[in-house]
Amino acid sequence: MLLRHTTATEYKREALTINPAKTCQPVGAMYCALGVHGCLPHSHGSQGCCSYHRSALTRHYKEPVMAATSSFTEGSSVFGGQANLLTGLENIFTIYDPEIVAVHSTCLSETIGDDLPQIIGKARSEGKIPLGKHVIPASTPSYVGSHVTGYANMLKAFVSYFPETTGTKIDQLNILSGWVEPADMRELKRIVSMMGLNAVVLPDTSDVLDTPMTGKYKMYPDGGTTIPDMVSMGDSWHTIALGEFCTRDAATELENKCKVKFSMRELPIGLSATDRFIKALRRYGKVSVPKEVEDERGRLVDVITDMHQYLYGKRVALFGDPDHLVPLTQFLADCGMKPVYVVSGTPGKIFTPLMEKALNGRVPEAKIMNGERADMFQLHQWIKQEGVDLLIGNTYGKYIARDENIPFVRYGFPILDRIGHSYFPSVGYLGGIRLLEKILGVLMDKIDATCPESKFELVM
Amino acid sequence: MATFNILEERRKQVLTKTAEGGEIACGKQSTAGSVSQRACVFCGSRVVLYPIADALHLIHGPVGCAAYTWDIRGSLSSGPQLHRLSFSTDLNEKDVVFGGEKKLYQSLIKLIETYQPKAAFVYSTCIVGVIGDDVKAVCKKVEAETGITVLPVMSEGFSGTKKDGYKAACDALEALVGTGNERRNGKYTINILGDFNLAGELWMLAGYYRKMGVDIVASITGDGRIDEIRHAHTASLNLVQCSGSMMNLAKSMKEKYGIPFKKVSYFGIEDMSEALYEVARFFESDELMEKARALVREEIGTLLPALEKYRKALKGKKAAIYVGGAFKAISLVKALRLIGVQTVVVGSQTGGPDDYALLQKLCDEGTYIVDDSNPLELSHMVQETGADIFIGGVKERPIAYKIGIGFCDHNHERKLALAGYEGMINFAEEVYASALSPVWKFIRK
Repeated sequence: MLLRHTTATEYKREALTINPAKTCQPVGAMYCALGVHGCLPHSHGSQGCCSYHRSALTRHYKEPVMAATSSFTEGSSVFGGQANLLTGLENIFTIYDPEIVAVHSTCLSETIGDDLPQIIGKARSEGKIPLGKHVIPASTPSYVGSHVTGYANMLKAFVSYFPETTGTKIDQLNILSGWVEPADMRELKRIVSMMGLNAVVLPDTSDVLDTPMTGKYKMYPDGGTTIPDMVSMGDSWHTIALGEFCTRDAATELENKCKVKFSMRELPIGLSATDRFIKALRRYGKVSVPKEVEDERGRLVDVITDMHQYLYGKRVALFGDPDHLVPLTQFLADCGMKPVYVVSGTPGKIFTPLMEKALNGRVPEAKIMNGERADMFQLHQWIKQEGVDLLIGNTYGKYIARDENIPFVRYGFPILDRIGHSYFPSVGYLGGIRLLEKILGVLMDKIDATCPESKFELVM
Repeated sequence: MATFNILEERRKQVLTKTAEGGEIACGKQSTAGSVSQRACVFCGSRVVLYPIADALHLIHGPVGCAAYTWDIRGSLSSGPQLHRLSFSTDLNEKDVVFGGEKKLYQSLIKLIETYQPKAAFVYSTCIVGVIGDDVKAVCKKVEAETGITVLPVMSEGFSGTKKDGYKAACDALEALVGTGNERRNGKYTINILGDFNLAGELWMLAGYYRKMGVDIVASITGDGRIDEIRHAHTASLNLVQCSGSMMNLAKSMKEKYGIPFKKVSYFGIEDMSEALYEVARFFESDELMEKARALVREEIGTLLPALEKYRKALKGKKAAIYVGGAFKAISLVKALRLIGVQTVVVGSQTGGPDDYALLQKLCDEGTYIVDDSNPLELSHMVQETGADIFIGGVKERPIAYKIGIGFCDHNHERKLALAGYEGMINFAEEVYASALSPVWKFIRK
């Protein structure tokens, strides 16, 4: 029992996080920047940060992850990191030749007061940034928010830099895709095209972190939102922003800058959230929903119908990122399940009201917690007090799942011990079917493995 | 000279072995802007102390440093598993302004009460160094109040390279060594320094030494225990593997307690056997030497025939090596040679001049020798030399695969023991299984 010390009795913790349900901002900034074509993320801080983030993303995607670092020294911590970033940018453009360098800060560079826009301005005036190349700053102090915040800040940085208004609207929508997998971004594009619409999806990590094997190593893979696409976002009809925590700031920025109005939606995870996404596409794209989309919806409802007896009343504990948890919780409740414990390390006051809306009074006993000390230890204590039938979250859930013998579906970031998340979408109606397949799989595996011989059933 | 693009500042860190030889620059700070594979001071300290399983490891700083080092190293413990949990003071904006000492104090008190560890390590991260928390004072205070040893590890990420992190870890270990005073082992006693019990390798090594009649007082730090480390000064000899990380401790124990040390490696038949003979020679015991010889004879007797299959299949294959320490790289070159594989690229993140000199002597002409490399350089060198297999760590694996060659993890993520005689078979099998995997023929280049 790896977590043998966890007890059901809760004690007051003024400080101290045990087994966090979050990580720090820069890794989110790095992931977001990888979804832009020809972009090299750059970590302005100590070398370890960059190394850890690259390793985390590499373990999750099993793909090479490129990012440069300012490689801070004792000297930089005293005199500031300006010299490091100036040299860094010069070296990057000489050797790695990206179109864009997306610089994010770290706790160290923030605390010593490095001003990224000022340093980048200096680099430009000193000719260290070749003509036609771009350097974008995002402030991502590790001691504020979480990895989700870092993603949001980087996305906002892209949006405040590239989109331009020409005065002539283009027949397209903007979709701010939120922190989802490459497969999900691919699926969003498929849904949009099924609806007969054009859209710029930003960021887009498909064909970046799920690249096919060709025997060639490409530092900048084929995928990612392109510069012309990002520039054109200023002329789009409308922006659909998916996920309050990851995309609201960027959507607001774009509206202020280019007067492109936006609508906030949840990530289209599960039935209701996908319905709302499709509705938004229909409304702002001024199209009707084609039969093939209706059919996909029908198939998802059909699966729920077929299997609802196995889902009904099952108590579920979830942890991870707010933008995933909100629609996922609603989906579980829509299927007759009981999401009883929900934990996210990401702070933000809006989380609880969003969760309450998602639950809509259907699970009065539900406990919801986010921010400080909303960690895996807390979740485990709740589970010790009253058990659950299913656990959903990233790989770090496997300790609890093993100790408590709970069926476990891996979902979120990071997933370090299974494959599939980068290849099969969990958004849209099809994604809903995949989620159900996984949930039912682990629930039924447990029944098969533990039920008495007399009740062992062939047909389920 | 290399035919690909290298940063001007890095030119002296890449060398091609020639008949005349040459010098490689190393031990340098990484060039800013480089996609370096290196990590930081904190990382160095964390990996060295991590395997001590009955200690509390509290990371003082924002949550990231704790999150990224949560159970990522396969250092096995035969007992307590406390090292595999993640504890963080999770500093936020307010703490950055007003200081994190109070949080650190409260966290430590709570943790010691809950987990009853044998000792606690408190790691300083970048930001702690800048906001000026007096970590040492807090540790002292908690130690006085709880009676549990609390050791500060001064590992601010920016304050040097990963090597300086090793040093900070050694400083903390030094404070422990000598605080226990029972002499409880036999005639021939050693400490094993610098094996981290990845995939249970330490258990294998310990088995060999026990067979010879040698007792291990402390393993620092694989399957490590605080109490054993406290008694480490009662051993007669220190065996140092992964010299980069543990040399500081070995040197200080020599100075303080007069315990001599020997640099050893447990990878490959030659080096493993030499590590056993070295101990017998040190104790000037014919009995030990005879037992060591018998053990080696027996092991090699079963090993060599078993290796034959792999040697035949791998003959003429070429390997690229990029690992953390250069001493390991040296063993790898030899081990690969034993199974018929020629090394064409070899490099490390933190090698020293002696290591690189030895590598030059060891390698064939035309071999690339490289310090603190990056993916772009590595992929060019691998393709230019036509390597069939890459030996490296987590960040190198997907690059090797993308180029369409095999890979063997010789870092934290190894799943099979690679040290010792049994490890040599595992290593050969892994290299064989990956280099000759059927998958490579499906790639349409």
